[in-house]
Order: sequence, then C-alpha cells, then structure tokens
Amino acid sequence: MADIWDGMRAAFWLIVQLDADLMEITLRSLHVSLTALLIACLIALPAGTWLAVRRFRFRRAAIATLNAFMGLPPVVVGLIVYLLLSRDGPFGVFGLLFTPTAMIIAQVIIITPLVMSITHQAMRELWSEYHDLLISLNTSRSQRVRTLLWDGRRALLTAALAGFGRAIGEVGAIMIVGGNIDHVTRVLTTAIALETSKGDFALALGLGFVLIGLSLVISFLTHSLSQTERSGRW
Amino acid sequence: MVGDLMPLDIVGLEVRRRGKRLLGPITHRFGLDGLTMVIGPNGAGKTTFLKALHGIERISAGDLRWATSPEDAKGRQAYVFQTPTMLRRSVRENLAYPLRLNGVRGGDLAKTCEAWAERINLSDALERPAPRLSGGERQKLAIARALISGPDLLFLDEPCANLDGSATADIERMLADALDQGTRIIMTSHDVGQVRRLAHDFLFLHGGQIREAGSSGQLNDPQSIELKSFLKGDILR
Ligand SMILES: Nc1ncnc2c1ncn2[C@@H]1O[C@H](COP(=O)(O)OP(=O)(O)OP(=O)(O)O)[C@@H](O)[C@H]1O
Ligand SMILES: [Mg+2]
Repeated sequence: MADIWDGMRAAFWLIVQLDADLMEITLRSLHVSLTALLIACLIALPAGTWLAVRRFRFRRAAIATLNAFMGLPPVVVGLIVYLLLSRDGPFGVFGLLFTPTAMIIAQVIIITPLVMSITHQAMRELWSEYHDLLISLNTSRSQRVRTLLWDGRRALLTAALAGFGRAIGEVGAIMIVGGNIDHVTRVLTTAIALETSKGDFALALGLGFVLIGLSLVISFLTHSLSQTERSGRW
Repeated sequence: MVGDLMPLDIVGLEVRRRGKRLLGPITHRFGLDGLTMVIGPNGAGKTTFLKALHGIERISAGDLRWATSPEDAKGRQAYVFQTPTMLRRSVRENLAYPLRLNGVRGGDLAKTCEAWAERINLSDALERPAPRLSGGERQKLAIARALISGPDLLFLDEPCANLDGSATADIERMLADALDQGTRIIMTSHDVGQVRRLAHDFLFLHGGQIREAGSSGQLNDPQSIELKSFLKGDILR
C-alpha cells in the first residue's frame, strides 16, 4: 500500500514540475495518435459517407467486412505490420520498423474501421433525411457527399474522438512495431507497461494520470457534442 | 420558358412496389400553363404520382414525354415535399443551397437570399437554424427554396396541411405570384376551398387511378359519385 501512496505523490510532482521524460513521452503519444487519427479520418470520413450514399452490389458485404475489421485484435495488427515492415518483409527496404512511422501505420489500421463505421452510421441517418431533397435538386454524387460531410460534421467529430480515444490508449500493436525504445518510440501506454514491470510506480502512475486526463477530456467533448447535436443547435 | 418544357404527356404510367400496383395505368396530358390540382383521399396515390412525374419515384411502366429532353426537363423543376426537409443549416444557407449548386456566389447570392427571406417574413431569422422554425415558417422556407432558382415547373405536395388561415393565405399569394411569372404548378391539396381558389384544372385520383379530370369549372358539376362526396367532404372508402 505504501508503495502506491509514494508513487502517487511522486507522480503528482512529476506532473506539476512538467518532468522532462513525462513531457517527451506524452508529446510523442499525442504526435503518433493524432497523426494516425488525421490519416484515418482522411480515409474513413469520405469512405464512410460514400458507403452510406452509394448503392452497389457488395454493399452489405462491405459493411460486414468493415465491422469485422473493427474487432481486429490490435496485437494481431501489430504482428502483421511487424512482418510487413521487418527487414525480410515486402516493405523492409524502407527501414520503418521500430520508428514512430511504424506505430502510426499500425494505429491507422486499427482506428480507420472504427471511425468509418461510426461515420457510416451517422451519415446513413442524415442521408435518409436528405435523400429526397438532394435527389430532387439534381445534385451530383460529389455534391451530395460534401453536403452530408458538412451538415454531419458534429457526428464526424464524434467519430474522430472515438478513434483518438482508441489510438491513445492502445498498447499491443505499437509495442510490437515500435519496440518501446527510449527517446524514439516510447509512448504513454508502452512506458506504463515498462515502468510497471520495473516497479517504478511513480513514473507509471504519472503517465497513467496523463492518459486518464486525456480520456476524460475526450469523453467530455464527445458528451457535450452529442448534447448539442440532440438539442438541435448547429 | 415553360413553352419548351410543357406540355407533358404521360402514357400508361404505372408504379408497382412488391408486386402491388400503387398507381396507374395513367394516361394524361398536362397543359402548357396554369395550376393543376391533384386531389383524392388519403392513400389515393397523389404523392406517388407527383414523385413519379418529378422523376424521384421509380416508374414501373409507361412514359413521360416532355416537350424537351428528359435531362433538360429534370433541371427545370422543383419539388416541395409533403413534410419539407430542412437542411441542418441556417435559414440563409437553406435559401442559398440551390443557388450555390448553380454556381451563384458572393453579393448576388446574399442579395437574392435576403430578398426571398423578406418575402416570407423571415428576414429576422436569417441566421437561425432552419430545423427550429415553426411548421408554417418551414413550409414557406421550403417553397421559397424551391422557387429561388426560378424553376419552370413547381410541384407541391400539400403545402398547406396543418397551417392556419393566414399562413395558408401567404402561401397562396406566393403561388399566385409564381403563376404570374409563368411558372407551371402541379400540386395536391386536401382543402376543397383551396382547390376552388387556385385550380385551373384538376385531376381526381382514387385507388391509384384517375377517376375524373377537367377544368376547374367542372368541380361545380362533378360526374363521379366519389368526386361528389370528396367535394362535399364525405368520407371515401
Ligand atoms: N414504397 C412503397 N411500398 C409499398 N407501398 C407504398 C410505397 N409507397 C407508397 N405506398 C402505398 O401507396 C399508396 C399511395 O400512397 P401515397 O403516399 O401516394 O398516397 P397519398 O395520396 O399521397 O396519401 P396522403 O393524402 O395520405 O398523402 C398508399 O397506400 C401507400 O401505403
Ligand atoms: Mg401524400
């Protein structure tokens, strides 16, 4: 018990004093996850909307596949990305393994299906509302997609937040492809895992507090977004 | 203008869904100008009919013959839905939307939107979210949004359902103005008084079929029992 209390006190001071290691790791976490989120959104938001608007033969199959991908275990994604990027793998020549780029790639694969699925759901609802009007106004397909993206932007922000929450808390995949190398690929989650196993609870807890803080901010934002959405204030 | 769009001949028009025939076969000529009322009891197929004419309800059989190409015709119509769809945007942006699609930008866009907002008494509400408007305001906004890009043919599906006398009068004035500008109007209504006030000719649907059609004068001398009781306000089965 004493260990934990000492750890908490020490963690508190690390945060208050903006400890260099803590800051570095936090910033790297944000960098990796936000970059992954940006790329995932660039793919998932238009693709999810397109999936809601477009009717094609394999639409159901595509949606089922999407949902299956959403449940991919991160560790397995990590393993596959590892094999692809390792020296003997097809993308070995780029030397990306154990770099932040590798971690970003893994996270993009993990969160894109999630963001896309939430986008698809929200856009399908909006599309059923707008369908007749937009068809009647003779809109082109790209005009429809742009209208839905713009008018559904709050729902899309919610989707992005969900993606970010998943990315920032993920540990399995980035541990494998990043290697948790100090000053290179160490991020919040991998550092917590390491420090805990070393028994350095102060840093582990400090990092943990930062992570919890970030998660709280995300869920708070998500909540207030869905509130404004529901009360119809645009 | 309307001259090279209308008349519209429909020949053997049918709409079937899941093996059930909802509409038709209907053969009819919509004349060059004026306002045609499509009337009939609930479920008669009025909405289905208007949507089929506008090209947003899949036609199972038959033909629409415009005086111009179908593509050209499609770009020159507007439609006001039975429950109008408000874009989740401000009143101003709702008015601006069809204009933007046509490439109108800048000062012209703002001026046109403001002029139309004034006509529907929503000048003070320009920046308010459209989905928050009252039913009557929404209906007027939907009509203004349909008229703003100057269509040659306007469809309205019960534009005055659930509205009070003054809102109805506002809307009828807008329609009269549009008619004066030469817009061809095809609409539905349940309000027998409105039918008599506005219609140049009418078309009485029952069970997906035309039971009776003619000029508005013929409303004073209905031929079928169904139309007779409809005009008296009796319940039709
Ligand atoms: N997609 C569809 N599938 C099956 N039946 C349909 C479909 N669309 C409409 N119907 C049926 O077709 C009939 C005509 O519907 P429609 O909406 O055209 O009637 P309406 O004359 O506009 O009625 P109201 O006055 O109530 O608006 C109704 O019985 C309706 O239930
Ligand atoms: Mg109807």
